[in-house]
Amino acid sequence: MIQTLFGSLDEQQKPSFLERMKEAVTRTRENLSERIEEVVSFGKEIDRSTLDDLEATLIAADLGNATTREVLGKLREKADRKQIKDVSELKRLLKEELLAILVASNTQPVKAVDGTPEVILVVGVNGTGKTTTIGKLSQVFRSSGKTVLLCAADTFRAAAIEQLEIWGQRTGTEVIRTKPGGDPSAVLFDALQAASARKTDYVIVDTAGRLHTKTNLMLELEKMRRTAQRIIPGAPHETLLVMDATTGQNGLQQARLFTEAAGVTGIVLTKLDGTAKGGVVVAISRELGVPVRYVGVGEKAGDLLPFDPREFVESLFA
Amino acid sequence: MFENLQEKLQRAFKTLRGQAVLNEENIGEALREIRLALLEADVNFKVVKQIIDHIQEKAIGQQVMTALSPGEQVIKILRDELVETLGKDTAKLKFASQPPTVVLMAGLQGSGKTTTSGKLANWLKNGGHRPLLVSVDVYRPAAREQLKVVAQAIKAHIYEGEVGEANTATVERLAKEARKEAIISGCDVLIVDTAGRLHIDDQLMEEMQSLKRLMNPSEILFVADAMTGQDAVRSADEFHKKLSLTGVVLTKMDGDARGGAALSIRQVTGQPIKFIGVGEKYDALEPFHPDRIVSRILGMGDILSLIERAESQIDKKKADEMASKMLSGDGFSLEDFRDQLRQVKKMGSIQSLMGMLPSIGPFAGLQKHADKVDEGQLNRVEAIINSMTQHERLHHEVINGSRRKRIARGSGTNVQEVNNLLRQYAQMRKMFKQMGKPSFARRLAGMKMPGM
Repeated sequence: MIQTLFGSLDEQQKPSFLERMKEAVTRTRENLSERIEEVVSFGKEIDRSTLDDLEATLIAADLGNATTREVLGKLREKADRKQIKDVSELKRLLKEELLAILVASNTQPVKAVDGTPEVILVVGVNGTGKTTTIGKLSQVFRSSGKTVLLCAADTFRAAAIEQLEIWGQRTGTEVIRTKPGGDPSAVLFDALQAASARKTDYVIVDTAGRLHTKTNLMLELEKMRRTAQRIIPGAPHETLLVMDATTGQNGLQQARLFTEAAGVTGIVLTKLDGTAKGGVVVAISRELGVPVRYVGVGEKAGDLLPFDPREFVESLFA
Repeated sequence: MFENLQEKLQRAFKTLRGQAVLNEENIGEALREIRLALLEADVNFKVVKQIIDHIQEKAIGQQVMTALSPGEQVIKILRDELVETLGKDTAKLKFASQPPTVVLMAGLQGSGKTTTSGKLANWLKNGGHRPLLVSVDVYRPAAREQLKVVAQAIKAHIYEGEVGEANTATVERLAKEARKEAIISGCDVLIVDTAGRLHIDDQLMEEMQSLKRLMNPSEILFVADAMTGQDAVRSADEFHKKLSLTGVVLTKMDGDARGGAALSIRQVTGQPIKFIGVGEKYDALEPFHPDRIVSRILGMGDILSLIERAESQIDKKKADEMASKMLSGDGFSLEDFRDQLRQVKKMGSIQSLMGMLPSIGPFAGLQKHADKVDEGQLNRVEAIINSMTQHERLHHEVINGSRRKRIARGSGTNVQEVNNLLRQYAQMRKMFKQMGKPSFARRLAGMKMPGM
């Protein structure tokens, strides 16, 4: 299981893991907490404008209107009833609200895998970092001694197959491929058959980036799921939606439509090493209950970390 | 998912009818709705604040116009403000006096630089230029391979070169070699595709700066994803500070993102958005139209220009009269129908009207069918009604089989077309009766297009 795998990975790389996570969130944190301090330095008493400014802060983190309003609405109620006395308490409660949203979706169990291989379908809009994430994921599995097969089902984008093959070489993983323009379901079929025969632990399937509004391309994902089920019952066991942390409110619609078409079970939030906060995942958790599984924090093979909701929220306010 | 801003404002202004002047108090709710709409569209919150302040300044003290409802009036102010912010320069590239003109593509990872490089080369080719492509992305696996495949697909020249070590020296060498190649092979534009980089990655931003010094580009285009959220200002700002961007390309506009990032980026860089990417095909690059994206950000298509057009062409009083007539139930006669038809015809061709509807939401895909609209249909419908007697127009139920035959003959159509018209008319009556909202009906009175 992925969770247990990450347990061991943590131990192997503990110092650098913490370091990187810290590094990744520092920029986010600095900015957000800076502004919150600014907000709360008005005085000990919390008035309406304090909460209004806090609203701007959450909006700036891409949490979106609805989520921000809900979270602040609860705080506002308490403030009106004079239950919040000072700023540190306000912060603590805000953190709790956000954490509650993330934790609620994170309890969703991963589908149990009945024997091998476990099939992971990786989907998302164009340019979010699917192929890179797959490279990192295979590194994670490989370094814990598992066997992995990569399936190059992005037959559409120029040089996508070559890109995955380079990641295959880097991580010592075989890539099952077809020619550019080939049928993604056909190459998936081949990959799953090969994996079944060899009893590979994991098959990670790269798909072409597609905008969630392109109905025919979304139908193609449904077809791929059916193909996977035919060969390995229960597959795909995990469908990861790769989302760019810079994504704004459209992320919600992405998550909604990809979940409808491809049964997303988790999100990988990439490019968190920039200044973007990726707050839209809170909105996604709240509205759709889709949990975040990993975060991407760089371009190297080791730059993929398991998502820890507590740490995510904590680090924003630390 | 998104309630139309216009409807929200209409509601916010319900109480305002009859007030003479817009003031701080009576536009407060409207401004709150606008603020939410802009935030929902991912416009940066600081930019939103500036916009709201401006609008408030402009709106307060204005006379409430009789032709527009106060809600429409505020939207108009908002729209003008946004269009002004976005500017008008589109799709014009600066060319160097001494070729080759160098175009540097810059942006974050995954924003679509390579695809856009290909599209731009294709666009230039179609414009009679000879572009040369080069990828100096020596970092991302298969990035250079990707541009090569793109170049082959659009039959554009590409300089490949040898990579060797993946470092800044290689990047600079490749760029220099490509410029030489452009001169030798007589290519007048060199498009340099660069590696995606974070604006806070000092090392790679320095590389970009030295690339700029080395190549002296006429254009440095910032390629940005239309789905970008609040962070758009930060990345655009950093890129602009370090590189002095000359323009922006907004990609992935074929999705359903509202594209508020366009406003944010324009605001912080002051540079024009020159192109938008609207698909994965290499010809899916379009000049940028500020008014279209404004309508999209506000979630109301070009309905505003439709309102403006209707406002100028349609007799407002007559439309209001008709609206109340329609809603009273059976008052809407074939004669009124004909009046309406004539009003619609005054507004221009149906193709152009359909082109103004939003390209997202319920109207998605409608534009594509615009050229299939039979303009003659309107004339035939009018002819059919003209061939009726006054009595028939006011009492459609008397039109029996033999009258239908006569009407068909008189109008040069056939019975089937007469039947179709009567059926549509009956449907419209039924629909009007069901609709309670006067504002909605009044709009329809001006706009319902028969025969569609």
